[in-house]
Amino acid sequence: MLFGKEGHDDLVVRSARVIDPVEGIDELLDVRVDKGVIVDIGLNVSPNGHRVVEGRGLILAPAFVDPHVHLRTPGREDEETIASGTAAAAAGGFCAILAMPNTDPVVDSAAVLGSLIETARDEAEVPVGFLAAITKGQQGEELTEMAELADAGAAGFSDDGRPVVAPGLMRRALQYHGITGLRVAPHCEEPTLSRNGQMHEGPVSAELGFAGYPSVAESVMVERDLALARYEQQPIHLLHLSARESVEALSAAQAAGVLATGEATPHHLVLTDEAIRSLDANLKMNPPLRSADDRSALIDAVRDGTISVIATDHAPHAAHEKDVPFEEAPFGVTGLETAFAALNTYLVEPGVLTLPTVLERMSAGPARAYGLDVPRIAKGAPANLVLLDPTAPWRVGDGGFRSRSSNSWLLGETLRGKVRMTVAAGRIAYEAA
Amino acid sequence: MTVQLVRDDLLPPSDPPKRRHLISIGDLTRDDVSRLLATAHSFERSLEREMKKLPTLRGRTVVNLFFESSTRTSSSFELAAKRLSADVMSVKSSGSSVDKGESLKDTALTLDAYDPDVIVIRHPHIGAPGLVAQVTGAHIVNAGDGMHQHPTQALLDLYTIERNVGPIEGLHVAIVGDVLHSRVARSNIQALALMGARVTLVGPPPLIPRGIEAMGCEIATDIAVIGGADVVYVLRMQRERMEAGENFVPSLREYTARWGVTPERLLPGQKVMHPGPMNRGVEIDPRVADSPDALIETQVRSGLVVRMAVLYDLLTHGPVEVKSELAEEVA
Repeated sequence: MLFGKEGHDDLVVRSARVIDPVEGIDELLDVRVDKGVIVDIGLNVSPNGHRVVEGRGLILAPAFVDPHVHLRTPGREDEETIASGTAAAAAGGFCAILAMPNTDPVVDSAAVLGSLIETARDEAEVPVGFLAAITKGQQGEELTEMAELADAGAAGFSDDGRPVVAPGLMRRALQYHGITGLRVAPHCEEPTLSRNGQMHEGPVSAELGFAGYPSVAESVMVERDLALARYEQQPIHLLHLSARESVEALSAAQAAGVLATGEATPHHLVLTDEAIRSLDANLKMNPPLRSADDRSALIDAVRDGTISVIATDHAPHAAHEKDVPFEEAPFGVTGLETAFAALNTYLVEPGVLTLPTVLERMSAGPARAYGLDVPRIAKGAPANLVLLDPTAPWRVGDGGFRSRSSNSWLLGETLRGKVRMTVAAGRIAYEAA
Repeated sequence: MTVQLVRDDLLPPSDPPKRRHLISIGDLTRDDVSRLLATAHSFERSLEREMKKLPTLRGRTVVNLFFESSTRTSSSFELAAKRLSADVMSVKSSGSSVDKGESLKDTALTLDAYDPDVIVIRHPHIGAPGLVAQVTGAHIVNAGDGMHQHPTQALLDLYTIERNVGPIEGLHVAIVGDVLHSRVARSNIQALALMGARVTLVGPPPLIPRGIEAMGCEIATDIAVIGGADVVYVLRMQRERMEAGENFVPSLREYTARWGVTPERLLPGQKVMHPGPMNRGVEIDPRVADSPDALIETQVRSGLVVRMAVLYDLLTHGPVEVKSELAEEVA
């Protein structure tokens, strides 16, 4: 399901604070990796002739998994490629990412999927999985050949960027989960309610004059899709939740036994619609930044596990397409290279979320939601490790990005928290200069 | 701390000189508004003394950059600049490079090569004036950006009310109609609230934006509330913004029956305003539009002197108080 460059590196990380929320580890330890596999965790681990990385003052954690990335390939290689997007992921501490199928052409056939997988084997700095579309051309009319796409190596199914408007079609897609075992991940948006909407509908949109994209445009579709998943008794993963009502619906469905997971993005966890007063097109995304109350519901849900996945929704756009008035700009912001630092700076340091919670929601949570192997710091596990400096400050944009695009919602901000090294599937994928 | 006055042109390039713009009513303080209205009044008196042209802005260049059709605003700015002896150049989007797909940024950079002192811009999208301000060295005046702001309209409306009704503080103004699509309404709500007036919005719920009461106004759906207002401000039904199938109102006929401003719904002597262009027989009854209590033509005349005041103020005193600007520079 995941494809990338192969590698089997040797390494010892000495005296880092090792945090693995899944394994219940939080202490100063050495970790040794032989040929890409964790072989020893303890004190005074013998280096075995390996390169030793000093971890004092640093945190070693299971590397991150981002289940929501736009690699823009095929079609917009000027904005991102598999090589550049996975390099950005490695720099962000990710050991695996999932790419969305809303490319040109759409990933809706085994042929398109196969060519992406082949490229990924040659170019991907970290393993990447490709979601295939739920409907042909993401037109919301005909199902893709889901069983064949599953056989060809799809990582899941989504029409991300667009809703599956017809409930009957969404139901069929969920029924196919019984055959493929691959997660169906809807983009929840009721298009007659979100119509022309540029930002969250509320006092800020009223004052600025932007057409409003109300939170109910998301939550009515969340409720519909949860009802369908419940009826079909199939699991479902809800992409980029933004509204309190969506979180409440997810929580109620989980309590009723629906196998539903949900994700939130760093930008929805950090910002509110007040930020749009700057009229900066790098704050335009779908779903939009919502109210302080919505943000607080998302944070609570991440804390209590109702939302088990933090996903960047990394959406690169060409500079000239964003350097226009807000309404003319496309939706989407980048996020791979800033995700940890943003969450660390704005949520962990002020004490809103704990570091282990953030680490878990960025790694084990997303892996489980899509049925991927959970990155672990355990003997015998493949090395999927991120070495973090939690206090190092840096200014977003200085030194450029590994992504081909720079439409970051944090451009110019000073964050604390740097990725020093990323090991993905046993291969050192990134080292800070 | 010593405060050093530095000539704008001597500031290092990394810290570009602070330019003043009029992009939103939110840029202004109450004192700024009072000063602008007083300046407008002195221009009005000088024009009455048959000095049609003042030498104040001789040698200055004003560019009118209009990406939307406009009669009264573009002509008003053009005449205002000419009355102050500025050189005026008007650029319209149709028949220009914009037709060939040129971006706003590139158009602005092109015009900036002529070193204009002021760029007056109207654009169908929110935030266009700010974008032009980022890439040019000119003072920017927003002549309407999407559904966001139309600050000179609000200033001319304040001027009209002050001169024809009385001091704005404590007045009750009812704004009737399509608030949702109206930049005029947004600028006026801010401006009237800033000057201490009470504002009530009246119209069908789909045309009253959710949450707008946070701007400091009240909301009503019953047209009868206009009976209690000192001024009834009628908004144009923006038919060109009502795409088929949007269903903001079931029909213009029903809108007019419920919310049309008719003589029967007004008290004798109640003043009526409209930013134009009017849809007679839709939002405003022709008998109201033509009555002596309608201030619609007065608004147009006010527009000229208020825009003269805005141009003058930007290029001389500036709407930002000198003290606060210095404080910013020092900080």
